[in-house]
Amino acid sequence: MTARTLYEKLMDAHRVRQFDPDTVLLYVDLHVMNEYTSPQAFAGLHSAKRRVRRPERQLAVVDHVNPTHPIRSIAEIEDAGGRLQIETLAENCTRHGIELIDLFDPRQGIEHVVVPDLGLAHPGMTILCGDSHTTTYGAFGALAYGIGTSEIEHILATQCIDHTVLKPMRVSIVGTAGPGITAKDIVMAVIARIGADGAAGHAVEFAGEAVEALEVEGRMTLCNMIVEGGARVAIIAPDAKVLDYIKGRSRAPQGADWQALVSRVQGMRSDPQAVFAKEVTVDAGDIAPLVTWGTSPDQALPVMSDVPQPKTEAEARALSYMGLTAGQPLTSVRIDRAFIGSCTNARLSDLRAAADVLRGRRVAEGVQAICVPGSKTVRAAAEAEGLDKVFLAAGFEWRGSGCSMCLAMNDDVAKPGERLASSTNRNFEGRQGQGARTHLMSPTMVAAAAITGHLTDVRILGGPA
Amino acid sequence: MTPFTTHTGIAAALPMPNLDTDVIIPKQFLKRIDREGLAEGVFFDLFKDQEFVLNRPPWDTASILICGENFGCGSSREYAVWGLMQWGIRAIIAPSFAGIFFGNCEKNGLLAVDMPADDVEELSWLAQDPATAQIGIDLHQQRIIQGGSNWQFDIPAARKALLLEGKDHIACTLEHETEIATFERHHGSDAVH
Ligand code: SF4
Repeated sequence: MTARTLYEKLMDAHRVRQFDPDTVLLYVDLHVMNEYTSPQAFAGLHSAKRRVRRPERQLAVVDHVNPTHPIRSIAEIEDAGGRLQIETLAENCTRHGIELIDLFDPRQGIEHVVVPDLGLAHPGMTILCGDSHTTTYGAFGALAYGIGTSEIEHILATQCIDHTVLKPMRVSIVGTAGPGITAKDIVMAVIARIGADGAAGHAVEFAGEAVEALEVEGRMTLCNMIVEGGARVAIIAPDAKVLDYIKGRSRAPQGADWQALVSRVQGMRSDPQAVFAKEVTVDAGDIAPLVTWGTSPDQALPVMSDVPQPKTEAEARALSYMGLTAGQPLTSVRIDRAFIGSCTNARLSDLRAAADVLRGRRVAEGVQAICVPGSKTVRAAAEAEGLDKVFLAAGFEWRGSGCSMCLAMNDDVAKPGERLASSTNRNFEGRQGQGARTHLMSPTMVAAAAITGHLTDVRILGGPA
Repeated sequence: MTPFTTHTGIAAALPMPNLDTDVIIPKQFLKRIDREGLAEGVFFDLFKDQEFVLNRPPWDTASILICGENFGCGSSREYAVWGLMQWGIRAIIAPSFAGIFFGNCEKNGLLAVDMPADDVEELSWLAQDPATAQIGIDLHQQRIIQGGSNWQFDIPAARKALLLEGKDHIACTLEHETEIATFERHHGSDAVH
């Protein structure tokens, strides 16, 4: 048999039919939905009088449009459109017998945080969801990627997806990351290197000792954010850390199923002779904390750099949108808001790391800082460790869960011209509010910027004050 | 979905790279459960600039976009494709597209063609001159035509067939019901909850 990459092995294991060399019909093990990209899929299903083929392979979560301040009922949501989307998801789930994690469920949160919280993402699965950051589950050795609404309808009706065969690409992170360097810095460095479409049409496999050294949540950050480098799929060969992470969670496989999973994991890696269409190697030892200066996630530099001279029209436009001048040190850039949240960086380990920076310190005058834990499960775990007190004492708001200011579809919206230090994944024009200026960075770097009031190399702050 | 066979129309050049779906249709137009009324949200912030190409004749009636690389990156929102079609766009040509956006186009019968950067640049120049902005697209022949010149493009056979016939993807997949059922019988139960 010819040598295969892990991506190809998972594709083979889920192939129902090969349409042409580029198109495969794949079986979908788990399909996750939210309230904002699924309503029209259900409407399509209903008008064609089709049923949901496998209700037990669907999970729905409310996350994109809900407020993160406390409410007691859906009726308290002021925005009528968002309210309608939440209500419609509930109706559709009831009608088709689909499990729903609604706003008042103690497990609610961002879908890509909730699924791993529950222990529902396992090595070797196919997981699809109408959201681009579905690649997150690649950290578990799952073949996972985001889809549009028509494809949601397709999965509901058939439990299959037309998959366009991708080219395998390996991103090796060699060496050892220095102190204070996080998974976010690593993935931002990769994206800055390859560009916003550097992995377009590719299934990225992360490999190398720096990836093995990462804990599972750091690996989720890698697989999540490489979407901003154009990757359609991201995957990491599962290991003992992954099994440990799943074990004991409420939906982890039990008994014989667990044993079967443990033995399957052994073979879940790319063959040594497997051919990758593209190879990129980054030395973790060379990576410094990064921040973005522009309006595309690949427009990022080490925080101790100066704002670059624009080399293209797009870069000039980005600088003008961002209100920055070429040559100005990035650390001179003052911020108005700090946001720790999103499916990239709002897990327990992220909150712990940010709290370590905030402990004994105060948010700078004039900076509004909020923390939105990725899920209520994460929030409860953080509170059990007293992290909420650290955030609150530092002057951060401690919120409920959801996507919140990552896409600003709820009431957490930045005003025109406001500048944000944000642990999210997209710095697009208008993403966090019309005219709002986003600098992407790790959660510890957001904490450092919140304390000093400007972009700051977290490493100079040293340990807790 | 809407079939695509041939189309002739005004092409507008939007050469900026990485034009994301937040810019194609901002979030304030997405708080809905239907697919209607999205045309007014398309390029909402860009339209505020009177110089924006789609504000100026003849491109205010454009039905083809000639774009930069990585067009449609970012959020998976299919609203972007619905909005573009409601605005009147039938085809988009670019050196590369973001994967989800590309799939969304195909599912709705909006032709997305990726071509070598040199060809796209040539078409972009032609589109910027009102005298040469009208171009033709022939999906059967996999050809773009402007004046006496033409450019070939690639498209996988299965995708081409679906577009030409405007077939319902779900109905096509359901034709393979027996294979799906057989697969399900042999496949593990992972994640059935
Ligand atoms: S947190 Fe942000 S990136 Fe993640 S699913 Fe929500 S909106 Fe998308």
